[in-house]
Amino acid sequence: MADLSSNFVGIKSPNPFWLASAPPTDKAYNVERAFKAGWGGVVWKTLGEEGPPVVNVNGPRYGAIWGADRRLLGLNNIELITDRDLYVNLREIKQVKKNWPDRALVVSLMVPCVEEAWKAILPLVEETEADGIELNFGCPHGMSERGMGAAVGQVPEYVEMVVRWCKANTRMPVITKLTPNISDIRKPARAAHAGGTDAVSLINTINSITGVNLDTFSPEPMIDGKGTHGGYCGPAVKPIAMNMVAEIARDPETAGLPISGIGGITTWRDAAEFMALGAGNVQVCTAAMTYGFKVVQEMIAGLEAWMDEKGHRTLSDVIGRATPNVTDWQYLNLNYVAKAKINQDLCIKCGRCHIACEDTSHQAITSLVDGARHFEVMEEECVGCNLCVNVCPVENCITMEPLAAGTLDKRTGEVVKPVYANWTTHPNNPSAQVAAE
Amino acid sequence: MAAGLFKEGIAPGRLPTTQYADNFSDLHPPLDRHEAVVEADRCYFCYDAPCMQACPTSIDIPLFIRQIATGNPLGSAKTILEQNILGGMCARVCPTETLCEEVCVREVAEGKPVQIGRLQRYATDVAMAQDKQFFPRAAPTGKKIAVVGAGPAGLACAHRLAVKGHDVTIYEAKPKAGGLNEYGIAAYKSVDGFAQAEVDYILAVGGITIQNGKAMGRDFTLAELTASHDAVFLGMGLAGVNALGGEGEEAQGVRDAVDFIAELRQASDLSSLPIGRRVVVLGGGMTAIDAAVQAKLLGAEEVTICYRRGKESMNASTYEQDLAAANGVTIRHWMQPKRIVGVNGVTVGIELEYTAVDGGRLVGTGETLTLAADQVFKAIGQSFDAAPLNGSGPSVVLEKGRIKVDEEGRTSMSKVWAGGDCVVDAREDLTVAAVAAGRDAAESIHRTLTANGRA
Repeated sequence: MADLSSNFVGIKSPNPFWLASAPPTDKAYNVERAFKAGWGGVVWKTLGEEGPPVVNVNGPRYGAIWGADRRLLGLNNIELITDRDLYVNLREIKQVKKNWPDRALVVSLMVPCVEEAWKAILPLVEETEADGIELNFGCPHGMSERGMGAAVGQVPEYVEMVVRWCKANTRMPVITKLTPNISDIRKPARAAHAGGTDAVSLINTINSITGVNLDTFSPEPMIDGKGTHGGYCGPAVKPIAMNMVAEIARDPETAGLPISGIGGITTWRDAAEFMALGAGNVQVCTAAMTYGFKVVQEMIAGLEAWMDEKGHRTLSDVIGRATPNVTDWQYLNLNYVAKAKINQDLCIKCGRCHIACEDTSHQAITSLVDGARHFEVMEEECVGCNLCVNVCPVENCITMEPLAAGTLDKRTGEVVKPVYANWTTHPNNPSAQVAAE
Repeated sequence: MAAGLFKEGIAPGRLPTTQYADNFSDLHPPLDRHEAVVEADRCYFCYDAPCMQACPTSIDIPLFIRQIATGNPLGSAKTILEQNILGGMCARVCPTETLCEEVCVREVAEGKPVQIGRLQRYATDVAMAQDKQFFPRAAPTGKKIAVVGAGPAGLACAHRLAVKGHDVTIYEAKPKAGGLNEYGIAAYKSVDGFAQAEVDYILAVGGITIQNGKAMGRDFTLAELTASHDAVFLGMGLAGVNALGGEGEEAQGVRDAVDFIAELRQASDLSSLPIGRRVVVLGGGMTAIDAAVQAKLLGAEEVTICYRRGKESMNASTYEQDLAAANGVTIRHWMQPKRIVGVNGVTVGIELEYTAVDGGRLVGTGETLTLAADQVFKAIGQSFDAAPLNGSGPSVVLEKGRIKVDEEGRTSMSKVWAGGDCVVDAREDLTVAAVAAGRDAAESIHRTLTANGRA
């Protein structure tokens, strides 16, 4: 039986599934329910400095996009940090941690970008005996207009500075949460690393407008006719988040820096993928907000079953296993040749592969053969692009079949070479290096 | 004296009065907006879609379904009605299981096609509820065209001609327009007076006048029509009903299924409609099924369809056969009527002879069976009544007992086109095929008139 127990920067939890700092972790009531449901840990919703709490809008906080049958694919949020009193939160945190000593309880923080503010709040959190802190440098709406959240996360120098203050003023592990609203995610990660962070977590939400009401011409979510960009999350953001996790995991400057993976994780498979790319654990929010806390049971059981099936005993057998396979385009093997192949027994003859290829790609799939409706790949035209696979509604009906070395590529008329060769040595590359023999 | 279900003979009111409305409610209730969107999302938007090829009116099905999925039901209705102005009725009565839905790739893949018929109904219902007209009339051409028969073929032809700017007069023998849509289909397939609502929707284009109660051969002749109009379209359907040719056919209790179906459709109070305790329906097509199922729904205790060949030869689709079975109708194969058993001229049973195929021909085996029956419905086919065409100058050439037309619907007489069930056509006798024929004949008439008659 696979062991799902997790040790992330010294913070132990029975499984790697944490709830991210967000509406589901705003108070003891929710967090207790989450722990009862089986969540391994939570990051308590972001606390601000002492004083009158922030206020939220009194209209819609969320917008969404949907797939078929209103399956929620992307959620957007304009809620701010906790709007409850600091001391109420701290008391509840202390009590919950006492009630659930085996679960991870990390506290998310966001205070003004001055050292005194951080110095003031850190001891208060320490006193709760929480397991660690997460610095919210990601929140893209509202708080960023006040010089906090993403406004800090977008300036690597600020990131490094605040991390340094925190490390200097607390014994608790520090996790730095990064905003994706930046052109190169490695920069703030390197800065956090330089400041001495114990880990980074990412991604926070992405600036977004989920829709426009075409009757009132107001963006969604709409407050009295107006809207603002909110933070986008949910299944739709997963590919963006995974790339950012991988970029940090494979960056030599931050290699080995623990990463808490966040962004659209909905199933055990999503979690496994994030961990394979280098995440030490994962944080979840939208899936819980969509289906309730019980989803964690599927995640635990699914991850366990997959690890058992594959013979992975602990999470460390999985974490980072895909990282070495993430590379730059220039290093991809140009001698790898694959052709699409349509399984005629599985084909239902919808013709989507044909029209996608015909209209938008390489005219490599038939529609009629001997007068009959028949979809088949013409190898002499197929560049192996995979579009047909992606538009085919039948799983495994179209597969990409690599050509073995020595076989003829009918499109190029060349025999597939048995050696690896990439763009850096390609004759068409004006700055090609001489191939190493 | 037994009452209700078990009343002997042919009697009305076999069911509690409240049950009729349930029994004859919509066979396929309409999809609501969300259901329609979810169902529409199942469509793969196939290239050169098989469903579209299978539709006799060539509706762009993937496009209209995508328009539903994207929240544009009116655009969807326009896509449908462009090809088939009776798209609302076809959505209800088309045997989609043997047309578009049979070839749907999801039928092939998982035995669960996209519910094209119900989606088509959804879109056309939205348009008709708003009385949204999509096809404004062209400038008047001054051409006058006569259409004989206000059934699906005639209505489709008239509408297309009206859109082109011609003036159309429809001559209809029956008191109401609609043809088989009004008189010839099971009540649960078209509830709430839909057939008349659709006629009104079609007529709203303008330029079409219907003269009811006008039958060709009785009230006017074809020669008179051709003399007074620029073109004539014949769409009078099949007025004749095939006879059994067996002994005792004139006994009380023996009836044409089409008359029963028409009477039921027109009845304002179904509980007043008499039905036998034991009913036998002869035939294997849609008419046989419609009669048998409705007999059962009226409270007949025992309803048996007897068909002279095997299941595979039945014209009724598998879906229709299953519908009959689900309603408690027994379908028996390989037996043909031999004799109506009557007592004092009243039907009490029917003697049938078993059949077999021998050397490619259907023959009686000599073995017989007698079923008790108070009522026997004949649904063994309808025939074209050519008599009204004759005696009015040159008559129209027939073929296989129906009007012969070319691929555009032209008959042997100039100025005369025909379509629908009254013509010899490779297409089955379906509403949707009649619509296609009427529409295409209208295009042919328009081409002819504008080429010849442009001043």
